[in-house]
Amino acid sequence: MRHSRKLAGALYAAPVAVFVLVFFVAPLLLVGRMSASDWPLLAGDLGLNLPDNYAGIADNPLFWPAVGFTLKYTGIVVVILIGLSLLLALIVADRRKGTGFFRTAYFLPTTLGLASASLLFFGFYSPAIGPLDPLLEFLGIGPVSWLGTPTAALWSTVVLIVWKFAGFFMIILLVGLQGIPPDVYEAARLDGANRWQSFRHVTIPLLRPALGLVLILSVTGSLLAFDQFFILTKGGPDNSTVTVVQLIYREAFQRFDLGAAAAISVVVLAALLVLNIGQFRALRKDH
Amino acid sequence: MSQKLWTTSYYALAGGLTVLFLFPLIWTGYASVAPAGATNQQDGFGFGNYASLLDYDAGLGRYLWNSTYVSVLTVAFTLALSIAGGYAFARFSFRGKDTLFLLTLAILMVPYSTLLIPLYSMLGDLGLRNTLTGLALVLTLYQLPFAVFMMRISFEAVPKEIEESAMCDGAGTFGVLTRIMLFAVWPGLITVGLFSFLAAWNDFIAPLILVSEADKAVLPVAIANLRQQSMGAVDFGATQAGVVVMALPCLVLFALLQRHYVRGFMSGAVKG
Repeated sequence: MRHSRKLAGALYAAPVAVFVLVFFVAPLLLVGRMSASDWPLLAGDLGLNLPDNYAGIADNPLFWPAVGFTLKYTGIVVVILIGLSLLLALIVADRRKGTGFFRTAYFLPTTLGLASASLLFFGFYSPAIGPLDPLLEFLGIGPVSWLGTPTAALWSTVVLIVWKFAGFFMIILLVGLQGIPPDVYEAARLDGANRWQSFRHVTIPLLRPALGLVLILSVTGSLLAFDQFFILTKGGPDNSTVTVVQLIYREAFQRFDLGAAAAISVVVLAALLVLNIGQFRALRKDH
Repeated sequence: MSQKLWTTSYYALAGGLTVLFLFPLIWTGYASVAPAGATNQQDGFGFGNYASLLDYDAGLGRYLWNSTYVSVLTVAFTLALSIAGGYAFARFSFRGKDTLFLLTLAILMVPYSTLLIPLYSMLGDLGLRNTLTGLALVLTLYQLPFAVFMMRISFEAVPKEIEESAMCDGAGTFGVLTRIMLFAVWPGLITVGLFSFLAAWNDFIAPLILVSEADKAVLPVAIANLRQQSMGAVDFGATQAGVVVMALPCLVLFALLQRHYVRGFMSGAVKG
């Protein structure tokens, strides 16, 4: 009986095991091999060439600008996204009339796909049909080129991402806020704390696990940004908004060098693992 | 600050933010039917932009079918794998159990783009490149950590007594799973199905890389390509009509399944 139950368990787990081996472990090993090989897109594996692909990364004129841009973008997005989603969560956690409506309104953009949202803003920012220029004209301000300069393209994309994801992070923080027992606030009030003091010394410390999750998700998501820049700015103007993942795509499918793309992929994976382990450690220390 | 002033500023802020969040959504619906130059909707309001989508390249019908096919297949793969796997992890002990579970969760640690390069090459060897089935398999991979985790905790939450009494009546583990357990975990099934459908429906980079034939394109890729149409000039009207077509199923599912949305996020919060 005991033995057959073990066998049954292994059988139920077998499909997942096979799937994970074929579609996760095998490609993970393969990407390592590809990164060490001369591997053109069409010709396929032409044998090991270690360390050419890795040495080539540093020589790639787009690599360091892409790393710099991705980090800058991540910094901006994470700060604004956490601040705004915390504000939204505080608004909808309040027990008043209309909070249900506000919650739905803030959350609706999250239901769209990122590619759909990027295409939406591609039209939204366009001089052809976008509503912004007529609005500004009404206010007496000249037309703005929303995607025309590197700075404008960066901030226009930040607006798109904050619009799309703030509602998602709001829900995570809302769940965190609702987990704070009301009597803690009551105790703080009896101690004479005002709104700001109880926010600063009660809400924020008790919200740390939820804030930590929001931090990890938004950092990882921004570092791997692709859709929004591929669709909205196409990496322009003048390659000023090329992210690291876009660089992988370019190496593989525009310069037809899978080996070089695999090498960058491995570097990205290593960087993210280090970062994630660091973040987990830092968060665990808090508890 | 007086209570009244506080209330007024609360509603001013909350209302202002509501306008900012809803405005782009309302605008895209408006722009898809409003008259504009260089679109198929020149005079007055109407559905000219949707008509041009119907005729665009392989036709909207084809792209809708491709997206639906890939999404439904992804949901089917994800549910099948996570039901069997979740049941195994929740109710059985077997060799390698903890390793396999951690390995499944570890998928989350590896960026999508890192795996797509080798998967592109592997799918070619397996004869699955440029196929919607191959695409669905890859999309399933990224649903697996959440789905297996969700189904594991769903099965674990079912009281053991229910299962044991059925066992005493002579039912085998498979009978218990199909006749009893699946009914007990249906909220988990809906959450997993909803999230995998939305992820597959909206994914962009995997189909962009893995499927290059035009008549096998899924909606997001087809609409993104549409922009380069008509001699370099962008058809902005048709683009916004495409956004509406892609967004509608997402909005409908959200309206119908709001509670399951929140459950998915909450399990994410628990995980952290």
